[in-house]
Amino acid sequence: MDFTVALAQIKPKLGCVADNLAMIEAAVDRGAGEGADLVLFPELALTGYFLKDLVPDVALSLGSPEIGRLVDLSRRISIAVGFVEVSSDYRFFNSALYLEDGAVRHIHRKVYLPTYGLFDEQRYLARGDRFRAFDTRFGRMGMLICEDMWHLSAPYILAMDGAMTLLCLSSSPGRGITADESLGSTSAWQKLTATTAMFLNCRVIYCNRTGYEDGVNFWGGSEAVDPSGEVTARGRILEEDFLLARVGEGPLRRERIFSPMMRDESLAVTMKELQRIERERDC
Amino acid sequence: MSDLTVNAGLLRRILVGFVREEVRKVGLPRVVLGLSGGIDSALVAFLAAEALGPGNVHACIMPYRTSNPESEAHARLVAEQLGIHHRVIEITSMVDAYFELFPDADNMRRGNKMARERMTILYDLSAAHGALVLGTSNKTELLLGYGTLYGDMASALNPIGDIYKTQVWQLSEEMGVPRVVIEKKPSADLWAGQTDEQELGFTYREVDELLFRMVDLRMCRDELAAAGFAPDFIDLIAGKVRNSHFKRRLPVIAKVSNRTIDRDFRYSRDWGK
Repeated sequence: MDFTVALAQIKPKLGCVADNLAMIEAAVDRGAGEGADLVLFPELALTGYFLKDLVPDVALSLGSPEIGRLVDLSRRISIAVGFVEVSSDYRFFNSALYLEDGAVRHIHRKVYLPTYGLFDEQRYLARGDRFRAFDTRFGRMGMLICEDMWHLSAPYILAMDGAMTLLCLSSSPGRGITADESLGSTSAWQKLTATTAMFLNCRVIYCNRTGYEDGVNFWGGSEAVDPSGEVTARGRILEEDFLLARVGEGPLRRERIFSPMMRDESLAVTMKELQRIERERDC
Repeated sequence: MSDLTVNAGLLRRILVGFVREEVRKVGLPRVVLGLSGGIDSALVAFLAAEALGPGNVHACIMPYRTSNPESEAHARLVAEQLGIHHRVIEITSMVDAYFELFPDADNMRRGNKMARERMTILYDLSAAHGALVLGTSNKTELLLGYGTLYGDMASALNPIGDIYKTQVWQLSEEMGVPRVVIEKKPSADLWAGQTDEQELGFTYREVDELLFRMVDLRMCRDELAAAGFAPDFIDLIAGKVRNSHFKRRLPVIAKVSNRTIDRDFRYSRDWGK
């Protein structure tokens, strides 16, 4: 079915859950008012990104009043949002929730925690252990959090699990200035979202934050990409934005007819070869 | 075109946004900076004026008696072109009063004292105006350690600390810094006729090409030599970067507790902002 997604390209305040929750509620309200069916937020929208030792202080359990509030709001409009999740055994995850019709439809815990260059996630966070597609009012979807998207296997697994829409929640720092029109991180991501969509005949809906934390900028540029790789909506670079993208059944259907790679993809060959590789690595 | 060439319009947006957001996050609308008459502080003044409006930028021109009068004239030119607040505070009496105790002090001690005298003035004006101190050290001098610790290296926010001198020139063209400031030879202006490049023994353009490959691209010594850099020059610069690293760090703290500041007590400075 056709649906409208709102990309809330917000600027969270570092470590201020109450302020960010208010910002998220305002964006949900705006999305519902403007006729969106789903509103997508960035990675760690409730907390900000460079949390370091703040991680335990800002973490929320699924039963917390803050998450309860968002679950309630999802009666009006579906919501995908990033936060720090604390489990009952006190592990802290960089997680994304998909909320719909007043219920938690899915939770994804970021699997690939970047710990290199300016990133230090594995120091503070526990790693998720699965990629699972899930059913929504708008068809089967998968969620990825930022770095997950850079691991080819992650969107591949979701697409093989039947996802036709990939939601990617991101806090991507802008870096790599050259003579080019865009920052290195911007061009790399734009290649990645378009290529992933084309490889997997899937829509990619990407929401990146904006603002600065300790001198690091987040470059925004949220986008909706058709399964053909065509970008149908793109948010402003380096500024807050709120954009609506119409996601149609037509482009998905046509792409799956023109380029039926997912139809022809052989799970059996992939499994056989991966199992062989695993076996050979073990010896 | 050098690999150091940048999209100056994009760089300008990022740095102006940085000043605007990081200053306002602190809850202050204003900044203060020292204006030397050189290109680095001129560029920072241009960025600050664009980010916050000229009325929110306070520049202080702080000559010593041996400073080149041209420096003060260039600083005034920048301030007047931008329409920012500016005043001149001479540091001669403070510096000379101290060195009456040490009449034989060499140029390095005198230069460092001047830089730190200026720092104390900027931090005092910071309190007086409710303004954050902006830093004006570029990436080249930070990497080479060509600055005075707790002197010109001290600031609350530094918009140009990740761009090389070569890029400072390029961005200054983009922003309309006066030609005379862009084209003059860089100088710390500690004594008459001093120029940075003469004192360092190499040009900024040469060292920037090397530093960019060494630091940003992480090329190893063999690759740098193969790219045409003289091995002695590579070693000289690598040594300067290593030996000045202490200037780029907070003071080392002896660890005895379970949570030591900056080692296992880690927070972003924008905590709660």
